[in-house]
Amino acid sequence: MPLSHEALQAVWVTLQLASLTTLLLLIIATPLAWWLAHTRSAWRATVGALVALPLVLPPTVLGFYLLVALGPHGPLGQLTLALGLGTLSFTFTGLLLGSLIFSLPFAVQPLQHAFQALGTRPMEVAATLRASPLDAFFSVAVPMTRAGFITAAILTFAHTVGEFGMVLMIGGNIPGKTQVVSTQIYGYVEAMQYGQAHWLAGSMVLFSFAILLGLGLLNRRNVRVMP
Amino acid sequence: MNDSPNRIKLNLSRPDFTLAVDLTLPAHGISVLFGSSGSGKTSILRCVAGLERASNSLIRINGEVWQDDQARLFLPTWQRPLGYVFQEASLFEHLDVQHNLQYGLRRNKSPTAGAALSDAIELLGIGELLKRRVHQLSGGERQRVAIARALATRPRLLLLDEPLTGLDYSRRQDILPWLEKMRDELRIPMLYVTHSADEAARLADQLVVLERGQVLAAGPTTEVMSAIASPLAAGEEAGALLQGTISERDQQWHLARVAFAGGSLWLRDTGLPLGKKVRLRVLARDVSIATEEPSQTSIQNHLPCVIESVVADSHPSQALLRLSCGESVLLARVTRRAVDTLGLHEGKAAWAQVKSVALIE
Repeated sequence: MPLSHEALQAVWVTLQLASLTTLLLLIIATPLAWWLAHTRSAWRATVGALVALPLVLPPTVLGFYLLVALGPHGPLGQLTLALGLGTLSFTFTGLLLGSLIFSLPFAVQPLQHAFQALGTRPMEVAATLRASPLDAFFSVAVPMTRAGFITAAILTFAHTVGEFGMVLMIGGNIPGKTQVVSTQIYGYVEAMQYGQAHWLAGSMVLFSFAILLGLGLLNRRNVRVMP
Repeated sequence: MNDSPNRIKLNLSRPDFTLAVDLTLPAHGISVLFGSSGSGKTSILRCVAGLERASNSLIRINGEVWQDDQARLFLPTWQRPLGYVFQEASLFEHLDVQHNLQYGLRRNKSPTAGAALSDAIELLGIGELLKRRVHQLSGGERQRVAIARALATRPRLLLLDEPLTGLDYSRRQDILPWLEKMRDELRIPMLYVTHSADEAARLADQLVVLERGQVLAAGPTTEVMSAIASPLAAGEEAGALLQGTISERDQQWHLARVAFAGGSLWLRDTGLPLGKKVRLRVLARDVSIATEEPSQTSIQNHLPCVIESVVADSHPSQALLRLSCGESVLLARVTRRAVDTLGLHEGKAAWAQVKSVALIE
């Protein structure tokens, strides 16, 4: 058995976190990306910059602020305490919240580019064929920007799997709850268990390579664009 | 169908462009919006469709009000029973031809919608394309499918925005007969935008000439075409439009005589049957003037006429003459020196020699 029980537990937590983050982010990012692609509002640049912020900030900075905000004296912590939820720091929910913010640009940006490339014409055509805006979005915009959705989903999933600094800050590396693959590897190395670390790290390399390869093949198949 | 005329009153203000038109168009036939780029013809179409919102406007089509700013009424595009054919083929690439055609159909509650689709498929001759993917179609085929898709929704008004512009000459010749067939067989009014005088002459029942967001001339095509003040008269393509009937065929010389109100012209016999109604386009540059009936000339067509007006043409050497031949009007482009030496002036009787005639239908 190359992977120990605690390593498998970390893999399971990681997969749960990445899947939930991807699912929730696609729901949040789609209207946000649509708005960014089409708005003429003066707030566009500001919102765009805020969304892109996690790309440039060190994960520990995000993790630090989240830790403070989620703590018993932070605004979010006070809110969750008032709602009777306790504090979210060092819980899976807190980790999920961090991941959502941390991976937001990886979901928003591919979608925004896809919506911009689509242009307004297909939606106009759909409207002249009696489709309401929502109907047109699901029957025309979504299928025509399928590649953008797939790219956004894969990047979000992969990026969530790869996060480390923030997880350590707000998750606290609790086995079975907030210990994910990346922090588990760190733990093995600290404990000088290089054999275990090899197995887990090697799996991560293969996983990441497979994702990037799949993404490349997918984009090659979707070179056709709307005239 | 309702026979009340369609009313299109629009006001649109953009930083660099103002549109102000008030059109009353007949409930049947093709109304062509003609003008150069920037004249506002496409903006009119977009406002009628509700894709752009004009202010202080009234749009009433087939007795239904689509927009009335005084009553604060504005139907969004998807609630207006219209068909729109865009300049470039705008088929959905993720669907095949069949599903493109059915897209509008499925969103149409009318019980006769299914019949409308099979009619449209037959009218435009696209029955064999149904299983194809969009990228397997030629430009002309795409545009025919786009027209059929618009027709399948049973529109009360069909809007066509330069549907032939992206196509080369031969593809254009492929589609024009289908458009003529639509004009003759459908009872849907159409608004057709173009900058080509040829397309306008061939298709228009009503012609609206636009310049910088204003209507310069509007009315039946034959009248507007021969109004020499319009910009249509300025270019090389200036000419009159005649509506006539094939009334005689000369088997020996392969010629056919087309009679129109005020005279008749001989032209090449293209095999059209006697009694067929046709349109003739006589370009101003193909008409010359003689003060006596010409006899020793190779030009077979000459008509007695009266000079209605003489105006300066775009080049200082040229003049444009408007001639009335009975009830019909011809335009002639001659040099100003000829006007002077022959003493041509308003009210003078003369002979129009017609060097060539284009049969456009």
